[in-house]
Amino acid sequence: MIEARGVKKSYPGRPVLRGVDLHVEEGETLAIIGGSGCGKSTFLKCVIGLVRPDEGTIVVDGMDITRLHSETDIAHYRRRFGYLFQEAALFDSLSVWENVTFGLRYLTDIPVAHYRGVAKDKLALVGLKDVEDLRPSELSGGMKKRVALARAIAAEPLYILYDEPTTGLDPIMSDVINDLILDLQKALKTTAIVVTHDMKSAYKVASRIAMIHDGRVLAAESPEAIQKTDNPYVHQFVEGLSQGPIRMKLKEFEPETAAEARG
Amino acid sequence: MKGLVEAFGRQIIEASASVGRFVFLMRSTAAWMLRSRIEWRQVLIQMSRIGVDSLPVTTMTTFFTGMVLALQTGASSKHFFNEPLFVGTVVSFAMVMELAPVMTALVVSGRAGAAIAAELGTMKVTEQIDALYTLGTDPIRYLVIPRVLAFLMVLPLLTIVSDFSGTFGGWVVASFKLQIPTSVYTSDIFDNMEIRHFMHGFLKTFVFAILISFICCFKGITTKGGAEGVGKSTTAAVVISMASVLVMDYFVTALLSAVGIT
Repeated sequence: MIEARGVKKSYPGRPVLRGVDLHVEEGETLAIIGGSGCGKSTFLKCVIGLVRPDEGTIVVDGMDITRLHSETDIAHYRRRFGYLFQEAALFDSLSVWENVTFGLRYLTDIPVAHYRGVAKDKLALVGLKDVEDLRPSELSGGMKKRVALARAIAAEPLYILYDEPTTGLDPIMSDVINDLILDLQKALKTTAIVVTHDMKSAYKVASRIAMIHDGRVLAAESPEAIQKTDNPYVHQFVEGLSQGPIRMKLKEFEPETAAEARG
Repeated sequence: MKGLVEAFGRQIIEASASVGRFVFLMRSTAAWMLRSRIEWRQVLIQMSRIGVDSLPVTTMTTFFTGMVLALQTGASSKHFFNEPLFVGTVVSFAMVMELAPVMTALVVSGRAGAAIAAELGTMKVTEQIDALYTLGTDPIRYLVIPRVLAFLMVLPLLTIVSDFSGTFGGWVVASFKLQIPTSVYTSDIFDNMEIRHFMHGFLKTFVFAILISFICCFKGITTKGGAEGVGKSTTAAVVISMASVLVMDYFVTALLSAVGIT
């Protein structure tokens, strides 16, 4: 179980998280939605300990990452997570199978001789075959995401964190990745957080959806409840409306005519 | 005026913070070296990239430096003494004590140092460094230590090859252009050269190896801001490491002279 309370994080001159309270139950898939720059990816990086919050606590299975300081303790904490990066973040200098099994040396006791077999199995789980010896530069965007997913699950983590898993993919490939996430949840019985701004993806994979806006959680409810929400911010976002309480500028400058009209 | 002072102060603070982070990187590297298994496969890969791939260019550079040194020494000597005297001594001493270590370090920092900063910078901006953390390791252990060790092992070896290539370049000019017999050229070298002269140049290479490897790794893993950031880091890594080699060369020379290795 993941329990975050009052998580705050600022970058110089820019507060990103202003007090996030969220919990993720065992076996649950929580989708975190929100506009670009709202802090959802930062929150995910706080959970895995890549970013240290300024305030608040994040407790996972009784361990509070904000209280861990030694590299060994943080590495021990991270063992329970698999992380899918937005741009896949595959190691260019390694082949596909070396990428998939990269973490096994550090996270498991599996003998090196078995690595290739493990890579084959994990790649099969994400629907890939005969790509073991290719380089990441030889793969399409969708294949890179699948390989990154195979790498994230290789050490059989308890929690999987997905950072924008469908960003940059065509609609069909996006749906394939959504199906994969669902299949993996069923097969591996893991707990997951999916950060996305793709509502179709959120509705499909999530058992609960939380919306972050302006560094705070506005709502955290089931997909059905989110669809019927009364919250005008959540409603505007899930419906994808340009008009509403969330101000998005059409132009980054104000037209002179509009300024003159207002006097 | 106030803005100028503020901007200057900000530069000082940023420079101090960078120095602090650099020292922290060196400290963490030392700590990781003591407590974790060394990634020897990565060390060998880096030794090949830094050493084997740099060998042709360092050898060629020092070969021609030796040639030009012999030519200049011969011409000056002829001007003053009417014959080329001590060409072998001047070439070999200059190469072994000074030119081979410094020129090899400069060429390697321009070639391999730039490649390291660009590679690690690209890994940083594409989240591959973050991926290392999530996969149970650490960029210092997996990326920095192998590069530092490879530099420490390879730069002294490259310098020894440069010592020979520079002295050989000098012999080519001495024999074919200045008509100095080989026996005279070699006796000019071996009658005067002692092991401490060789050690003077050789010991410097370890300082240069530490400087170049840490500066280039540091600039790489602290890259910010996409492709432009990678370009800036790479340029900064090469400029800072080359300047540091030249500056530190003076202080290391002074130190070695003070302890009698000269």
